[in-house]
Amino acid sequence: MRVPIDCDSDVVAARQKGRELATQCGFPSTDLAVVATAISELARNIVRYAARGEIILRLVQNNGKRGIEVVAADDGPGIPDVGLAMQDGYSTSGGLGLGLPGTRRLMDDFEITSDYGKGTTVTVRRWRR
Amino acid sequence: MQVPILKQGAYLIATVQSALTDEDLKQLRDTLVMQVSKVRARAVIVDVTAVDVIDSFATRTLRDVAHMIRLRGAETVIVGIQPEVAFSMVKLGLTLEGVATSLDLEEGLAYLDRKAKAHEEVRAHR
Amino acid sequence: MNGSQEMAAVTQPRLETTASRLREMVAHLRHQRAHLREEWARLITEAKLLTAMTKEEIFAEATSVYDNYVEALETGTYEALQAYARNLSERIIPRGVETHEVVGIVLLLRDVLARSLFATYHEDFNKLNRILDAYEPAANRIAGTVAVGFVQERERIIREQQEAIRELSTPVLQVRERLLILPIIGVIDPQRARQLTEQLLRGIRTNRAKVVVLDITGVPYIDSPVANHLVQTVEAARLLGAIVIVTGLSPEIAQTLVNIGVDLGKMNTVGDLQGGIEEAERLLGYKVVLTQEPMLHSV
Repeated sequence: MRVPIDCDSDVVAARQKGRELATQCGFPSTDLAVVATAISELARNIVRYAARGEIILRLVQNNGKRGIEVVAADDGPGIPDVGLAMQDGYSTSGGLGLGLPGTRRLMDDFEITSDYGKGTTVTVRRWRR
Repeated sequence: MQVPILKQGAYLIATVQSALTDEDLKQLRDTLVMQVSKVRARAVIVDVTAVDVIDSFATRTLRDVAHMIRLRGAETVIVGIQPEVAFSMVKLGLTLEGVATSLDLEEGLAYLDRKAKAHEEVRAHR
Repeated sequence: MNGSQEMAAVTQPRLETTASRLREMVAHLRHQRAHLREEWARLITEAKLLTAMTKEEIFAEATSVYDNYVEALETGTYEALQAYARNLSERIIPRGVETHEVVGIVLLLRDVLARSLFATYHEDFNKLNRILDAYEPAANRIAGTVAVGFVQERERIIREQQEAIRELSTPVLQVRERLLILPIIGVIDPQRARQLTEQLLRGIRTNRAKVVVLDITGVPYIDSPVANHLVQTVEAARLLGAIVIVTGLSPEIAQTLVNIGVDLGKMNTVGDLQGGIEEAERLLGYKVVLTQEPMLHSV
């Protein structure tokens, strides 16, 4: 399921779709909120820093475990120093930063690829215990 | 999306519906700040019972609301944060430090009334 | 007529496929069923396996295992066998049967059947080889399937038990209106910590609690991630309008909290559970007043 992220209201749409998909996967209510919150953070980053991108949602399986995968991809300016961005409290625009370390705490799997001028792709997954 | 704001006595009660965009949140913040001055409210209750996600931006906005309203001499109470939402917020590392929180509207009003009474007592003893 | 018979003889060369070998073997094993099953049961007892079961029980189970085994050989598919293995495991695990026993008896059956095939086809070496070519991989697959099925069933049961224990060990007690007590006993792992938080938050909501006493007297130690989780739980409770008082903090756990950067001055802590409850009552505005002389006097 692909959700294009262009503006504010897309952020809401993305997290609602994420919630629906996670419900289908059978996640309990706490996990639904966690997944929706993570999607909200990632989608907002796209709107703020890249102006455009998309969120790809899908159900995944691994060794009999079921889970949901969220890929946030954009063609924005990219993050030159990912390591720095992953530190709590780091921010370039005076706000709360990219919320990446927090998003990592929310989800089970977290992968990020980004480079200056090359856009950013963040992949996160949460598994059903 | 408009958030309904009611006046109850000396309090303003804003009941948030579930899906607010960032723009909606900013609008809510500005409206509340303006209204507080306009009606000389003593406190603002923001009811987020129906909200399913409170992320970093929402948290920051709520903190801003509380801060700006305090500058106008009034208090802010956030009520109705759902257990799942609270869980996600703390996992994200967000705190509503410095902002009063209550279980629901009833508790929030009780808290404000208690505080108002305590103030009265202090003033009466001067 | 002679001509067509000859042609028939030419156009039907003797084709021995794996399928036909299997069919022949299965027919043989079914034919020998009673005898081989008895042999197998005897070996099981001799090897002192399945000691938790009686001879009659072993025989009954042996029959169905044998039949399922041969059927798997015949069909070449193993789903039915896997389902049977889990079913069987569900029955015998509560009886105390262990993994090595299950693996042992399946391997014994494999050998009993192999010997039988040897005995039957030993005169024709080539045929014996071809039969074994068909039998061996299938037999090994069967042994694997049964063993894995048993282990999976065991793991499922253990998980269920763990879940039950976890739920039992984090009771949420409402002692007074608006006051909850959460006594925690034992070591907290991340899984349990998460469950604790969920139960606590839900409890606050359901009981409209304003104060929660989280007693960790019975917790010997916690590691940093769980300590972090504890702090997050306290913060989450505050978002629901409740104050958490942590009691029974051992010096070790206090140190762990300090190490992860917790300002213990900001956290509500009291030495023991009793003190915590009193503090909670004070916060809630309860006053315990002695109205008359206690009645327990010796006159």
